[in-house]
Amino acid sequence: MNTKKNIGVLGLLGLVIMIQLLTHWTGTQYYLTQLTMSAYYSLVILGLCVLMGYAGQISLGHAGFFAIGGYLAAALTTHDLTPYSNTLIIQVLNRCGLLIQGQDIYGDVLLYFNPWVSCILAISAAALTALVTGIPVLKLKGHYLAMATLGFGTIIYRIVLASAFFGEADGISDVPPFTLVSGIPGLPVIEVSGDFSGRVQNYYIAWSMVIAGTLLLLNLIDSRVGRALRSIHGSEETADAMGINTARYKLKTFILSAIFAAAAGVFLTHFNGGIGPSEAGIMKSVRYVAIVAVGGMANIWGALTMGVLLNFLSLRGIFGTYDDAVFGLILILIMLFAPEGILSIRIRQRLRNAFSSSTSEIRGGESS
Amino acid sequence: MALLEIHRLNKKFGGLHAVNNVSLTVKKGMIKAVIGPNGAGKTTLFNLIAGNLSPSSGSVVFRNHELQGLKPYQVARMGMSRTFQNIKLFSGMTALENVMAGRHVRSRAGFLAGMFNLPHTWREEAGIRQKSMDLMKLLEIEEFAHKESTSLAFGQQRAVEMARALNTEPELLLLDEPAAGLNMKETAELGRLITKIREMGITILLVEHDMSLVMDISDEITVLSFGHKIAEGKPAAIQQNPEVIKIYLGEN
Amino acid sequence: MNPDLFFQYLFAGISYGIIYAIVGVGFNIIYNTTGIINFAQGEFVMLGGMIAFSLLQWMPLPLAIAAAVAVTMVVGALIEIVFIRWLDRPSVLRMIIITIGLSILIREVALHIWGESIRALPYFYGNEITTVSIAGVKVSPQVLWVVGICSVIVGTLNLFFYASPLGREMRACAANRTAATLCGINTNNMVTLSFMLSAGIGALAGCVMSPITYTSYDMGTGLAIKGFTVAILGGLGNSLAAVAAGLLLGIIEAFSISVVPLAFQDAIAITILLIILFVRPHGLFGSKEAASLKEF
Ligand SMILES: Nc1ncnc2c1ncn2[C@@H]1O[C@H](COP(=O)(O)OP(=O)(O)OP(=O)(O)O)[C@@H](O)[C@H]1O
Ligand SMILES: [Mg+2]
Repeated sequence: MNTKKNIGVLGLLGLVIMIQLLTHWTGTQYYLTQLTMSAYYSLVILGLCVLMGYAGQISLGHAGFFAIGGYLAAALTTHDLTPYSNTLIIQVLNRCGLLIQGQDIYGDVLLYFNPWVSCILAISAAALTALVTGIPVLKLKGHYLAMATLGFGTIIYRIVLASAFFGEADGISDVPPFTLVSGIPGLPVIEVSGDFSGRVQNYYIAWSMVIAGTLLLLNLIDSRVGRALRSIHGSEETADAMGINTARYKLKTFILSAIFAAAAGVFLTHFNGGIGPSEAGIMKSVRYVAIVAVGGMANIWGALTMGVLLNFLSLRGIFGTYDDAVFGLILILIMLFAPEGILSIRIRQRLRNAFSSSTSEIRGGESS
Repeated sequence: MALLEIHRLNKKFGGLHAVNNVSLTVKKGMIKAVIGPNGAGKTTLFNLIAGNLSPSSGSVVFRNHELQGLKPYQVARMGMSRTFQNIKLFSGMTALENVMAGRHVRSRAGFLAGMFNLPHTWREEAGIRQKSMDLMKLLEIEEFAHKESTSLAFGQQRAVEMARALNTEPELLLLDEPAAGLNMKETAELGRLITKIREMGITILLVEHDMSLVMDISDEITVLSFGHKIAEGKPAAIQQNPEVIKIYLGEN
Repeated sequence: MNPDLFFQYLFAGISYGIIYAIVGVGFNIIYNTTGIINFAQGEFVMLGGMIAFSLLQWMPLPLAIAAAVAVTMVVGALIEIVFIRWLDRPSVLRMIIITIGLSILIREVALHIWGESIRALPYFYGNEITTVSIAGVKVSPQVLWVVGICSVIVGTLNLFFYASPLGREMRACAANRTAATLCGINTNNMVTLSFMLSAGIGALAGCVMSPITYTSYDMGTGLAIKGFTVAILGGLGNSLAAVAAGLLLGIIEAFSISVVPLAFQDAIAITILLIILFVRPHGLFGSKEAASLKEF
């Protein structure tokens, strides 16, 4: 029953490689930058897809989690720690090799968090926030849940916009590269950065994360937990009566999706070399929801396809100044005419039934 | 101690006293029926037992545990499972998946195991699938296993719901009007099935309007009317009970 | 705190609070007839201010405001007719997403028409430094306009819903749509009417507040969250309670300036919203029993 899933993931891998080769041969490597960014945004969308489509919980605040990841990674790797260098904490951190040293233009020593440390801190902070907010928020339903998550997103936006630590309206720039692998003989230095020469490398870093993320989530959906999530979506009361701790599953999914968003935030911030408040804005959250909806809600592949496609087009500037309007329009049109997404299972099933009604017995156990 | 003991249970909805001082015991291994006219409070009683509603006063003791304050999922984990009067299947899932979801309490794989598709989950999944298919065979719905559950015919949906409830391996099975919407032949089959389930060692508490079915299979009957328990006893005795006759004649 | 400052905060609080109240009432009107929370509610307020601002080039202020209200009502009606009327029992999630999409669309259209700059209607009487004195306290006359007009709105709405036949039909439709249909009430038209009404009062409020609080294309979301807070605080569907809640929120916000940085002012409303949602989802004034019958 797993073959179809694995073929899909392998196909994705092939496609990723093929696109890179194509840009190489046709001399259009400049596409890689936007493809890399689209990949990271798609990571947010994948997580949200499981939350919305499978656990059935809407979140209008997911840009908030992306921002927690991105902003913390940026702030921790750009704020100099030397003023605190004689505090115990900083000394211990330094001793453990969790800090890195730099130099300012006058040659003075500066002290920053190692990107690995900031990455882990940022993602943990997002997970913790999801835990703390999720416990009360996920008790809500419908309009209340939507408003509460919208409120959460707004608060995060206000915080980054108003605090000097996060650079207020300017955001944070000059975020250093995130070195993933270095000093291993025979391997080049692998780092997440917007460096021109690292374009191909970064394209593959981003896409391996997407592929890994997709595989993990597809596995999850096929598992016992995935079945529980879908049953919550189908009828919460009944899931409860079947012994499923619905509150706990919703919370865990919320945290999982927050982790995906935060990880995307961390990596994209290192890739872009900075982050600004618009990343935390409500429009971003709505955009993520829109893309999940277009993809068909409970459809990982749909969310991924649409996530890459729409983000890529948007980043290429196809929609010009109508960027946000396009996403608003998409939301409305999809919800009016194809609430199950344009890649909807029902449409696919209709096609499938039309072509192969006889093989359906043999395929047996597949569940997607 | 009986399997399920209900003491002076009350439930008020605003001014409406839906369940009024009802006491009831269900002994292990029996088939017990609750009957009564529409709006008598039967479904409310079930909801109180299963933890979907919390009582205004009174207690429910299941397997020697007081259920006060427990959530439905906790009650389910203690070995109580139910079907609903207005069938509640998981839409968007196949019949098989619905039944498999019933196996939730009897399996363990968590988020990480699921995401990383760890080998030990494979055996568990295969077991769940096997067990679910067996149950569907027992209920003669295996041919619909891969159909979207909510697209099935009414009777088949009821069977899926029953299979799902059985899949939790309950001690006590609550059935709310399982024969509603079935024809006479199907009802008779249902009767045989319920007896078969009892033979598997599962105690059954059922709400039912179909008198012939109730009289046929139950060991004991409780009659509710306007929230009150007005009679209790063996089917033969209930049939003779003048108050019960009055209610049912009055109703017709 | 000296008394002057105190009253300044108080009046600022009241005028903002009244605006929140009107948005909250707008939520209620639509919610009561349809069970929908219209996330584009804040955009009506923005449209009112912006349209009146543009029309001012050709006509005097009162006429511009009247025309702006009329245009916004048409927008409200169009929204209902084009996007909502023909949906067959849409899910809550679907309605949330559609109205959010609408709010974005309206905002983006506004951005393209009026740009990013902040607009303001002139003061209805005098200018920003004119004050009148009430019992020794100096107040901008615009505050009186806001309070006066919004009180009239709420009063008229109440009269309308409880004393006029049409208002009664709308309430019947709210209580039970099927039953209302059976009684020969055209529920579809009632829903359209509720959108027009709530668009109209939003636009009017947007006009009277514009001289004090200004109008910008992206003011809608913030207002929507606050209006929703107020609607919830008053127990969804209860308009008089929403007014009380609106004033409460406005005043809390105004006085919080002395403790909380301005940038976090929005956070206050949201925090209140979250607390209310968790602790008393049926609102400060609403009853739990009534709330449990509502569908969210
Ligand atoms: N959640 C609720 N809120 C308010 N009243 C309720 C609620 N649930 C049930 N009731 C009322 O309680 C009474 C008992 O209802 P219940 O569903 O338990 O009856 P029943 O015996 O199952 O009837 P039926 O044979 O029609 O299924 C009815 O008058 C019903 O309207
Ligand atoms: Mg019933």
